[in-house]
Amino acid sequence: MTLKTEEFLLNLGPQHPSTHGVFRILLTLDGETVVKAVPIPGYLHRGIEKLAESRTYTQVIPYTDRLDYLAGMLMNWGYVHAVEKLMNVEVPERAEYIRVIVGELARIASHLVATGAYAADVGGLTGFIYTFRDREDIMDLFEMISGARLTPSYMRVGGVADDIPDGFIDKCRQFLDYFPTALDEYNGLITGNEIFQARTKNVAIISAEKAIEMSLSGPVLRASGVNYDLRKARPYSVYDRFDFEVPVGSKGDCFDRYYLRLLEMEQSAKIIRHALDQLPEGPIKGKVPKVIKPTAGEAYAEIESSKGIMGTYVVSDGSTNPYRVHFRRPSFVNLGYLDEMLKGWKIADAIAILGSIDIVLGEVDA
Amino acid sequence: MENLFVSMAAGIRSLLGSGGLSEWATDFLVMFLKLGAILVYILVSALWLVYMERKVSAYMQCRIGPNRVGPMGLLQTTADIGKLISKEFIIPKDADKKLFLLGPILIFMPPLAVFAVAPFGKGMVAIDMNIGVYYFLALASLSTVIIWMAGWASNNKYSLIGSMRVVAQMVSYEMPLILSIVGVIILTGTLNMSDIIHAQENVWFIFLQPLGFLIYLIAAVAETNRAPFDLVEGESEIICGPFTEYSGMGFAMFFLAEYANVVLVSVMATTLFLGGWLAPFGLTFIPSWIWFLLKVYLMIFLFMWFRWTYPRVRVDQLMEFGWKVLVPLSIANIFVTGIGKYLYHSLGW
Repeated sequence: MTLKTEEFLLNLGPQHPSTHGVFRILLTLDGETVVKAVPIPGYLHRGIEKLAESRTYTQVIPYTDRLDYLAGMLMNWGYVHAVEKLMNVEVPERAEYIRVIVGELARIASHLVATGAYAADVGGLTGFIYTFRDREDIMDLFEMISGARLTPSYMRVGGVADDIPDGFIDKCRQFLDYFPTALDEYNGLITGNEIFQARTKNVAIISAEKAIEMSLSGPVLRASGVNYDLRKARPYSVYDRFDFEVPVGSKGDCFDRYYLRLLEMEQSAKIIRHALDQLPEGPIKGKVPKVIKPTAGEAYAEIESSKGIMGTYVVSDGSTNPYRVHFRRPSFVNLGYLDEMLKGWKIADAIAILGSIDIVLGEVDA
Repeated sequence: MENLFVSMAAGIRSLLGSGGLSEWATDFLVMFLKLGAILVYILVSALWLVYMERKVSAYMQCRIGPNRVGPMGLLQTTADIGKLISKEFIIPKDADKKLFLLGPILIFMPPLAVFAVAPFGKGMVAIDMNIGVYYFLALASLSTVIIWMAGWASNNKYSLIGSMRVVAQMVSYEMPLILSIVGVIILTGTLNMSDIIHAQENVWFIFLQPLGFLIYLIAAVAETNRAPFDLVEGESEIICGPFTEYSGMGFAMFFLAEYANVVLVSVMATTLFLGGWLAPFGLTFIPSWIWFLLKVYLMIFLFMWFRWTYPRVRVDQLMEFGWKVLVPLSIANIFVTGIGKYLYHSLGW
């Protein structure tokens, strides 16, 4: 009898514990080793861009919450930023500061989920619970300021929906004072763990050239050693007034991508602290007409979201509804290199690699 | 207290004897009762260990854990099992039906069989077998075959990957497990569990065989398929491994068998390295079987601690660690133990 081996197909997802939603990868496996990977996104496509065409400019804001639902604030921001550019609206200083505060809080919240989910992907469930415990504080802050925890819809064209409530600043400071302790805990539980390092170091290295070539952005790009953060490289809003660093990885492996998020959270906390100190008085909304009706034209604006560069392209035909809205979703673009990255690694690595890119399916599929 | 169970057994025996039963029938009935008692203990303890695991993990994760069903949630797992029993047992269309059903039936066999030789206290061993350690090693690895069978019969790709991992893991970790125990056997010169415990009256073997204990501990975690060596289930990778297709009580059997195995390796660790039922510091007023259970549950807690702290290793790292680190280390341990014993005897140290 002759024994022969053959490759087989494994359908990973869309129902799978660690595809971060309903993502599907068709893996061709040789034993445990991935020979070929075909990512198949689209299971969460809700047609947000098309829906936006039949809504007024303000009505689109709640849809953007549902893009990257882990950082709804940043998604709001990306969209209103583009509409403001289209209408040439001046945003008052106080509103910009509030945007920075909630935006950076959202970045921390999003990175906390990424960090925790990554620990769970690699097999340590406890890390997941720890980060979610601390994310809860941010959710509470969002609830205070916007009434919603996950989908705040807090930004408006020309400013923010409401001024910050009493007690918000104190509570925010409390969180910032506590946060370094939490980071220490993550470092002890996850980062410093030998097994975690063995699992993530030198896994799926992305070279700087390749990262730029594949148009990756956000932590995935910076982990490869490319110092490109829109907040520094092309400051928007009031980011040029804060003193912060852009952490950069050295190798571009899974560990760097994971650890970079921890470092970024530290910097975000620093920015929030500065913003709270400098927070000016004044109006929270610029001079925007009740009915938003931009003149015909188009605008493209980018912000640095938690996953990467979030771009919004808005075309106006002069009516109250946008003629066309398109979102450049960083999660989706970052996934472009996945099939190449997975090749040659084990199934367990495939999960770790996917987790290190940190995708949110709401954003990937829009 | 000390002789609670021993005198109970003697009482039952004399009762049966006075009832006019023959010697042989009395022996048979007493043995039956002893094994029955162990069976009940293991099953109940597996059930409650699930509760313990949930509580331990909850406190490690800043949660409270089950606290609604019964006092302090003590009846939670009982309720869970009740639910699982009432659920439908789904047999996949393409599964090998006979083997698929046989899996959950057989999975409890190896741990239960091994407990027959476990010394729970002074004189409290159902069958004092002179090859007890050997018997344990032989039977404990049998569960691999059963899990592999279950995964194969499921006819699911995730199950198949999980089953292959079981085999790979067993092959790499059974070796260091056995070799780590050899050190103890060299010191005692016996395979009988009770004799091994008696040999530890002066000093526990954890102090004479620290490396052996460490290797045993690591190999035992791999043997029970728990984190950081839970590749077989590997929830975030291969859903639930060989148990993916099992539902209802079929799943529960595998789930509970894992805990029976945890008790088993803890019992062995206690017997071989922690002095079994011997009381430390001469605290003999506490009955031996309480000491034994205390040590066992301490070991179980250690396993739970591992599980809720460590991430999972990768399959190639697992094998590499087993073959390239644990096996050479355990062989070195045997070597050092042998030389030590030789010097001890010849030089009279």
